[in-house]
Amino acid sequence: MRKMLEGSRAVALTIKMCKPGVVSAYPITPQTHIVEDLAKFRAEGRAKYEYILAESEFAAASIVLGGSLGGTRVYTATSSQGLLLMTEVLFNIAGMRAPVVLTCANRAVSAPINIWNDQQDSVTIRDSGWIMLYAKDNQEAIDLHLQAYKIAEKVRLPVMVNLDGFVLTHTYENVELPEQKEVDKFLPAYQLIKDYYLDPKNPRTFGYFATPATYMEQRQELSDDLAKSKKVISQVAKEFSQKFKREQGDGLVEYIGTGKEKVILVAMGSVVGTMRYVQNTKTQRQFGILKIKCFRPFPNEEVVKYLRRAKYVAVIDKAVSLGSEGILASEIKKVGCNIVKGKIQSFIVGIGGKDVTPEVIGDIFREVRGTGEEVRWMYP
Amino acid sequence: MSSKPHNKLFTPGHTACAGCGQALAIQHVTKALGSDVIIVNATGCSEVYSSKWDESAWGQPWVHSVFENAAGVATGILAALRQRGNKTTKVVAQGGDGATFDIGFGLISGMWERGDDILYICYDNEAYMNTGVQGSGATPHGAGTTTTPAGRAIPGNRQFKKDMISIALAHGLKYVAATTSGFPLDIEQKVKKALTFPGPTYLQILTPCVPGWGHESDMAIDLGKLAVQTGLYPVLEFENGILVNKMKINKPKPVTEYLKHQKRFKHILENKEELAVIKEVARRNVERYGL
Repeated sequence: MRKMLEGSRAVALTIKMCKPGVVSAYPITPQTHIVEDLAKFRAEGRAKYEYILAESEFAAASIVLGGSLGGTRVYTATSSQGLLLMTEVLFNIAGMRAPVVLTCANRAVSAPINIWNDQQDSVTIRDSGWIMLYAKDNQEAIDLHLQAYKIAEKVRLPVMVNLDGFVLTHTYENVELPEQKEVDKFLPAYQLIKDYYLDPKNPRTFGYFATPATYMEQRQELSDDLAKSKKVISQVAKEFSQKFKREQGDGLVEYIGTGKEKVILVAMGSVVGTMRYVQNTKTQRQFGILKIKCFRPFPNEEVVKYLRRAKYVAVIDKAVSLGSEGILASEIKKVGCNIVKGKIQSFIVGIGGKDVTPEVIGDIFREVRGTGEEVRWMYP
Repeated sequence: MSSKPHNKLFTPGHTACAGCGQALAIQHVTKALGSDVIIVNATGCSEVYSSKWDESAWGQPWVHSVFENAAGVATGILAALRQRGNKTTKVVAQGGDGATFDIGFGLISGMWERGDDILYICYDNEAYMNTGVQGSGATPHGAGTTTTPAGRAIPGNRQFKKDMISIALAHGLKYVAATTSGFPLDIEQKVKKALTFPGPTYLQILTPCVPGWGHESDMAIDLGKLAVQTGLYPVLEFENGILVNKMKINKPKPVTEYLKHQKRFKHILENKEELAVIKEVARRNVERYGL
């Protein structure tokens, strides 16, 4: 059904259709509309999940971990400071292989305090063992959440779906919202897997103590499983494309262009929309866009495939490793090392909600073709 | 020589210190809980000595997440049980004093505020023992720990023990109790009683620590009794906010009888001023609760 929906509303309706058993969150701008909607659905009897008020994001993450180990599908959402606060638990969730799904409404981090969009929050926890997906618009926000549960439950790894705060959460878009029965077919009821949940009939010990003799092997297994989950992410994307008739590609990256472009701009999230707008204006020369949809596990082969023949690669980041360069830029450089012969340059944009105008994209397109190699912070 | 069959819910072979007051308490707690329970454990001695991969002493489904969040995880588990239509399995969250009085305090308050049927058990050995005996919010005044050491300038911990019993009562918990490792059967009785009350319940157990307190390894039960008989650790039972039971002190003992067995109080015995402060703590307990 086509609807004009605010991003947050679209996400909340999607989560409701995924039928989680436990929902718990703590309010933080700009995630609030999502959790308020979920509370409203519950209060109106339109949903049956346990809706638990958490007294902090740390508690919210802990509650959904408990809910997951207790044997049900779970959901939480947060942003910025909240994500950072729950970081200890996020690592723990991944280590315990709990298939938690979390929405991060991407927002800048303190200090100074800022409630507007950038992606610093999510990328900061890229090492935690979570699968991380980025939505470029509200349609993708819907689609990625549906796929997130399926992926998480198949590979037993938690999945974070990222959408740009305010830019997506608080804007209205014409989206296709699936019907409940379509969702039920794609995402059946949560399956309890023996030994993977707390059960007095099958008592198991979770979150045990591991010494140097056994810890490293287990962490490698986790790391390998995260890397291998790329296959499942692609499979689920393919299945989604077939069932919902909306092309998801390989679920990892999307290339927008003819394939012959020598200048490629790389980015993730809603900024791709602005880049497409610039790409489509006739006054500009052509550049290709490589959209990164799946940031963890990082799609190494797919990135190399598209960037291999580029002469100039501008990596556009809404996050930075302070003192160094953009975080996506570092990933691209690492993957492209010795393979991508062209120049790869890091461009920082939109930090703390600073506007990313078509002119900024135009400036990047011009600068990357120059000789400079340094990290460039771009202002409108 | 006869021996009772071992407790299948908390099996031998774990690596607690010989004479550990906490392990003794856990024996009785698990017996009283039975098998239809899920236990959520905070970080601390109890998880370290009981769950080294790939062995476990726990005969009940058991989870350890992080230091702060046993209460939060317990909330989530109970919610999942409700969703699955399970109304009988109990959920118990437990941790040491560090996890309870300090780092997990906020999450416990949140759990209590939500009013869920969860029993929280605090094994109170009055310091962060697992990490090497550092001071916590439960460390009594004057006690020597590695971060409140007794020296010429400062004679041990300057702070006073946080009153978690009153804090639990302030949250409106319908069952709040305190006991010690000196009374193992009292522990069992209180656990069983707590499970009959609706909503969140709290049981605090003083559990002597051999290396942390610096006492002989056969003294846990005696010290558990002496703590009570000196008035320093009242054994209490509150139902619906009212003190319904307490262990009266028939033969009061001077605080020195308790302190003298513990290296953590060695410096106090010669220090008249400090001793007076501790005597006052005991006296106030006796007066307040009518012991």
